[in-house]
Amino acid sequence: MRDAVLLFVIVCGGTGGEIAVARAMKEIGEVHDFSPLNIFRVAIRAVQRPWMWLGVGLMALAFFALLAILSWENVSFVVPVTALSYAAGAFGGKILLGERVSPVRWLGVGLVCVGVTLVCLG
Amino acid sequence: MNREARLKLKTSVLIFLVIMFGSLGNIFLSKGMKRVGTFSSWRPGDVAPFLAHALESGLVWIGILLLILFFVAYSLVLSWADYSFVQPASSIGYGVVAVLGYFLLGEAVTSTRWIGVGIICLGVFLVSQTPARTTEQS
Repeated sequence: MRDAVLLFVIVCGGTGGEIAVARAMKEIGEVHDFSPLNIFRVAIRAVQRPWMWLGVGLMALAFFALLAILSWENVSFVVPVTALSYAAGAFGGKILLGERVSPVRWLGVGLVCVGVTLVCLG
Repeated sequence: MNREARLKLKTSVLIFLVIMFGSLGNIFLSKGMKRVGTFSSWRPGDVAPFLAHALESGLVWIGILLLILFFVAYSLVLSWADYSFVQPASSIGYGVVAVLGYFLLGEAVTSTRWIGVGIICLGVFLVSQTPARTTEQS
């Protein structure tokens, strides 16, 4: 039960955090100018967005949950489960960000999940 | 160059930077932490000195700097591209780490891992055939 809760926090916290960061960046809008000064300005605007803080907080939570579970479980058990983050990411992108995930993209995401699992087990 | 092609090129360049910063950042951090030694105790009195010792390593600082650049590049590309496009596309970093580990560090890479890298590449190829942005800009 403890493992299941932590794995849920790792997958949903990590993915949810990145989705919240994506939401913050979408609010700022497409970046066209990549000069260091403009990137600094974008960073200042980003840290003023509540979604950015929620995202960083969720990612930190997922990171500490990963550290905690790795202190008693093997990497070969934990990391393949985290490969589910890619499926959760596509699902979250569709539901929470309104992205159109075509069958080809779903197939690609599925292959990435399988490939990441094999890389981590190998 | 039309708008769609420019968007695709811009997205590809940023995802390339995400992959390189992320992969190299993890490699430097890993090398640095291995030199620092094994983390063996969670007691608050032991964690702080361990972290202080880790931050004395130049490799750890290079790793941290590269991972900050990774986060900046990742956030920038998400300002226009779909999350469901960027996230799987950046998974090719697993392949980059395997290739860098094999050619630069002389690490053994098992056949299971190479098969996994191949499947990731196929998955990323399929994702790259879909439009990078499917939502309207606000």
